[in-house]
Parts: sequence; C-alpha cells; structure tokens
Amino acid sequence: MPVKNILNVVGCAFVGVLLMACAQTHPPLGDELVVVLPGHDGAIGGVVVRRNNSEQVLDKAFAGSRIASTGKHEATSLSSDDVHKIFSDTVAALPGRPATFLLYFLEGKDELTAASNAELANVLDEIKRRPEPDLLVTGHADNVGGDGFNDKLSLARAERMRELLLMRGITADHIQVAGRGKRELLVVTREGIAEERNRRVEINVR
Amino acid sequence: MWRNWALAVCAGWFAIAATANEVGHIKVAKGAATIQRGTEKIAAAPGMKVFAADVITTGANSAVGVTFLDNSLISTGPNSVFAIDQYTFDSTTHVGQFDGNLKKGTLAAVSGKMVKQVPESMRIRTPSSIMGVRGTEFVVKVDEAPASP
Repeated sequence: MPVKNILNVVGCAFVGVLLMACAQTHPPLGDELVVVLPGHDGAIGGVVVRRNNSEQVLDKAFAGSRIASTGKHEATSLSSDDVHKIFSDTVAALPGRPATFLLYFLEGKDELTAASNAELANVLDEIKRRPEPDLLVTGHADNVGGDGFNDKLSLARAERMRELLLMRGITADHIQVAGRGKRELLVVTREGIAEERNRRVEINVR
Repeated sequence: MWRNWALAVCAGWFAIAATANEVGHIKVAKGAATIQRGTEKIAAAPGMKVFAADVITTGANSAVGVTFLDNSLISTGPNSVFAIDQYTFDSTTHVGQFDGNLKKGTLAAVSGKMVKQVPESMRIRTPSSIMGVRGTEFVVKVDEAPASP
C-alpha cells in the first residue's frame, strides 16, 4: 500500500474516532414541551420554535410542540385541563398583571387636567392593593412640534407625575420614568395637530 | 496607546454601569428559591430587584414570579433553573432584548412592551431549541435529561 493511502486510512480513522467522541460527549436531552395559551386580552401572536434547521410556528391557543429526547419534535394540541395539570403551580406564580392608568395634561404644560387629578386617587388605591408595588411612568406628547421637543416635554410630564406620586408617599426607589415623545400617539393625527388625548402619562402599577 | 487604554477602561465602566441597573422585581416567592448572582447565592423574596445575568433556582414546592421593566412577566415552577442571559430595554423607543434560558423545570411567560414593538425580541432558549416570542402567553417544560448509561 503506498504511503499516501496509508496516511488517508489513518486520517479517516482519526476523524472517525473524533466524530464518535463528539457523539458520545454530547449530553443527552430530556423531553421538552411548549404550549401557547390564550392571552388575557384575547390576542395571540404566538411562539416560533427553532431547532437545528427546522421551524415550527405555534399561533393558536393550546397549540404546542413536543420535543422528544430522541430529537424528534411534533406538533401537539393540549386541552385546557392538560395544561392545568402540568403547569398550574407555575402559572399561579405569575405576578399580577400590570394595571394601566392614563392621565392627561393641559396643552403644552406639565399640569394635569382636573379629571386626571381625580384619577390619581384610583392609581393610589391600586398601589395599595399590590404586595410589592413598583411603577413605570411613561410620558407622551401630541403631534405638535419636533421629536427633540416632544421627547423633553413627555419626560417632563413623567417627572412631574413622579413628583405628584412622591408627594403622596410613594417611595422614589419604586418609580421609573420615561418620555416616549410622540412615538405612540393614542389618536393618530397629522403633524401639527393638537390633540388632548395624546398629551398623557401612562402609569403601569405592577 | 494610553488613549486606547483609557477608552477601554471607560467602556468597561459604562458596561458595569449599564448592568448595575435592575431589570425587574420579584413579586412572588414561594418555598426555597434562590437567586444566583455571580458567586453570590441569595434567598429569593418578594420586592427583591432582579439583574441581568441572574439565575433563578427553585426547589420542590417552590416558585418565583418576576415582573420586568417592559411589563414582561415570567414565573418558574418547582425544581427549575431559569437564567436571564440578557435583558435590555429602552423605555423611550421600547426596543429591547430579553434572552431567557430554561435549563430545567417549568416556565410561564407573558410578553411585554418590547415584543409589541419588535416581535421576537424576547427569546427563550431550552437545551434543544430557541423560542422566538411574538406574543403573548405561553408555558414551557424541560424535563431533566435521563442519566447517562
């Protein structure tokens, strides 16, 4: 046998041993299961399960994917009872859904309208109901003026809101503020249109 | 060269500063659950801050629920290990990235503002797969691997 052939044989054997070693050191996997649940608000976007080169889109309530330890994965549909049996302890530990309040400001100012001043009482009630409350306060602006101006104005509204909450005894450590400018108009308008429903602060109590 | 070094130090400092902010809060803690933070192991308790790179571990009859900055919610059931591999969220643009890793046990999740802004910016990794989340509620179970022969 020519030397070159011997080298080839030895080389192949070496690669073979390496492959076997790799196959053996690959840790064995347990079974896996993923299930999409009906959303609280009825909306289902779904989950895309990607594994190696395959992709499975789960976009209906109780649609699922079972992935066996052998690597096979198959679509499955579970009943509400099945899901409850397997996941009830887990789902029960989900934190309370964030509660959302909208408070409105006077045009071009960081002062609340009279009605929103009253709504503040509901926010405080919700905070009291939560065991470990924390708040996200997001200011919004309407479609009058540029982005830079509205980013500042919306943040100023959120900051003003935080001051009002601090004055009512909420701890600073539990409030995060953000200014979203005019990126999320509640009522979509043309540029330059003053719209009071867009001049708002969203408070998430969670 | 010194300038590069100084820049590197600055970049390092900003990286530390960026990760020093909490990414969420524990709202529910039941039974013997711990948060692994670097080399520290802390008993999980309601109100506790959660940071990127934290690993949540639950024992038997134990569960933990976390609310994140963007209103994403997750909970892990008994005998679970869930790692927050990455969490960023820009509260102005709502752009973010949430990479969670369920190593074993059970997970329930409700996606938040970042997925509303950019679908699949929340991803859950399991030993075999990656799940891109388009919204909103789902559950995952990872059984422990059978013992090697």
